[in-house]
Amino acid sequence: MNIVDFSLHEQAILLFAALILFTSFALLAQQRMLASIHVFAWQGALVAGATVLVAIVSKQNHLYFSAALTFGLKAVFLPWMLHRLVNQLGIQHHVETVVRPALVLLGAAALVVFSYYVALPIEKLSLLSTRNTIAVSMAVVLIGMLMMVARRQAVSQVLGFMSMENGLFFAAVVSTHGMPMVVELGIAFDVLVAAVLFGIFFLQIRDSIESLDVDRLNRLSETDQAEQTRE
Amino acid sequence: MNSVYLILLLPLSGALLLAMIRSPVVAGWLNIGISVATFLASVNMALIVLRDGPFLTDNSMFYIDAFNVYLIVLTSFVGITTAIFSRPYMRYVLSEGWVNPKRMRLYHSMYQIFLVTMLLALTTNNLGILWVAIEGATLATVLLVSLYRTPESVEAAWKYFVLCGVGIAQALFGTVLVYFAADHVLHMPEAGLQWTVLYSVASQLDPTVMSIAFVFLLVGYGTKVGLVPLHNWLPDAHSEGPTPMSAVLSGLLLNVALYAVVRCKMLVDPALADPGWGTPQLAGYLMMAFGLLSFVVAGLFLYRQQDIKRMFSYSSIEHMGLMTFAFGIGGPLATFGALLHMTVHSLTKSAIFIAVGHATHIAGTQFIDKIRGLIKTQPAVGWGLLIGTATIAGFPPFGVFMSEFLMLTATMQSWPWLTPVLLSGLAIAFAGLFRNIHPMVYGAVPEGQQPVQANMLPVALHLLIVLWLGISIPSFLANWFDQATLLITGSHFL
Repeated sequence: MNIVDFSLHEQAILLFAALILFTSFALLAQQRMLASIHVFAWQGALVAGATVLVAIVSKQNHLYFSAALTFGLKAVFLPWMLHRLVNQLGIQHHVETVVRPALVLLGAAALVVFSYYVALPIEKLSLLSTRNTIAVSMAVVLIGMLMMVARRQAVSQVLGFMSMENGLFFAAVVSTHGMPMVVELGIAFDVLVAAVLFGIFFLQIRDSIESLDVDRLNRLSETDQAEQTRE
Repeated sequence: MNSVYLILLLPLSGALLLAMIRSPVVAGWLNIGISVATFLASVNMALIVLRDGPFLTDNSMFYIDAFNVYLIVLTSFVGITTAIFSRPYMRYVLSEGWVNPKRMRLYHSMYQIFLVTMLLALTTNNLGILWVAIEGATLATVLLVSLYRTPESVEAAWKYFVLCGVGIAQALFGTVLVYFAADHVLHMPEAGLQWTVLYSVASQLDPTVMSIAFVFLLVGYGTKVGLVPLHNWLPDAHSEGPTPMSAVLSGLLLNVALYAVVRCKMLVDPALADPGWGTPQLAGYLMMAFGLLSFVVAGLFLYRQQDIKRMFSYSSIEHMGLMTFAFGIGGPLATFGALLHMTVHSLTKSAIFIAVGHATHIAGTQFIDKIRGLIKTQPAVGWGLLIGTATIAGFPPFGVFMSEFLMLTATMQSWPWLTPVLLSGLAIAFAGLFRNIHPMVYGAVPEGQQPVQANMLPVALHLLIVLWLGISIPSFLANWFDQATLLITGSHFL
């Protein structure tokens, strides 16, 4: 289907989807602490913007509330909290070296292709205006996972985790016009609690290994060497 | 007030109360009291179900049928016995200075919050709330895993948090896809995640979407079940957290996660029975593959464990794998066996962890090599551990033997060539457990080893129930298992 066959609203939502995917890639490659937090905030704002657009198109009023909730939580509160924690821990100018950045980014591109491949049968079924977006949201979830695998810094892992949540929320909004309200509130509550717990953990990890490099969390494993160090 | 709300509100208000109580002694007793009250409420509800059959609350939020009612009673029962064990055990932990009174408050409060999330996951009729509750269970227990603040426990908690968080996110994606599929059939947004509604229209759901959804759901909830290769968090979280936590994690959390997988399978199977779809058994095959892999890998890992709690957590993975495999086979015989196994494994494993808690208290360490001569130092603990291990290894006449026998028979009927794998897996696990347990129970007593104050009542109670279930299953329970089998497979077993 040609892009010009879509209505303006649909085209705008596709644009949002593309931008969200772009922020996912930016998050994956960004090595500076503060810059990644800002990219994450932008992603949250974009998801909230897309939600508002879907709300306008589908005339579902509860989506305005979801959009406000997303904006407040993902674009304001979480980045603010991470900002504060990073300042508190004194790592705001930390630059993390990503191992094999080119390979990681190529892997992310492969994940996008894979998501389109998986989502193809779903797209045929969909009667909704926003079809490509399911593939994009699946890609955002998978790239978030890749980020958690590729990055070794606790804060980056949390950003990967939260960007997965963004992808999930985006999928719910564009494919089904949002989940029932009670579920959405429950998920928002879980995300909020998770964010607070992550904050507590940063302090606990720093106290125990004096760094936030999770590679150094290696005391528990099934290898003989690790068992010897525990003795 | 409806009996379901009582079950949820009692532990929830208990958690708030416990968060305010400063005295660890009072909190320990209160923790038991609240658990007993929750148990009584759940028995009350079970009696209602026994009398009137399954019911749905007026606002369609909660649904109780034969499949979840016995799990609710089981959850609240293990809640009490573990609370009884936890009271003296946590006082010992406090006296050793591993925790301070503030963290004791956190512990008691989170213990009840954990029970709330488990009971919410079991009672809810909404797939979205099910997800929220299971994620909530992770959040409630993650701070308890790092309760001692040792570098190992912080690492275990971080691993638990991140792995389960990532895993459970996949389950949410699966839930979104189910909602998406339901949206095309139902056109009523508020009901699209209600299990009862979905179950009634399951055969009309789009098979392609449901198959993709099930892959995500299985990976997501499977992470919590501890299925290989997503099991890495489980031994760490079990071994580094306080022992009462290990007992409820193994006994309850894994069961509830498996319950979620089976509920989802019940929706996917009718959808995939669509004539245009090639593999109607897809969900079952996936569960069989993951289950069998977990069963075999965990059995082999038993051999290299040096930490007693790690060893028994691998045994939990093994048993969860076996149950997932049996649910995957489908059919009334395998399903009945798996349902029974959920009950007996939960009771036995929590009993074992309680005995292990006392054993590590006596020896002062979790290292298998340093725990010796339990039966001479304190016969009750030694016997408890020995009988518990014999039970979990599948000795007759205990209930675990019964359920494993049923599952094996089912395998022989439908997949005869997998029987040798199962049998050798069981033998490997048996040897793996006993080569470590034998010296710990009998071996020479180390100098200066003293008996400790131990309450073996929970262990004895659990093992007696398991023995009873092995000899004769009470008719009401057999009836529930049979009804649940009917719900899951579409045909009666009895």
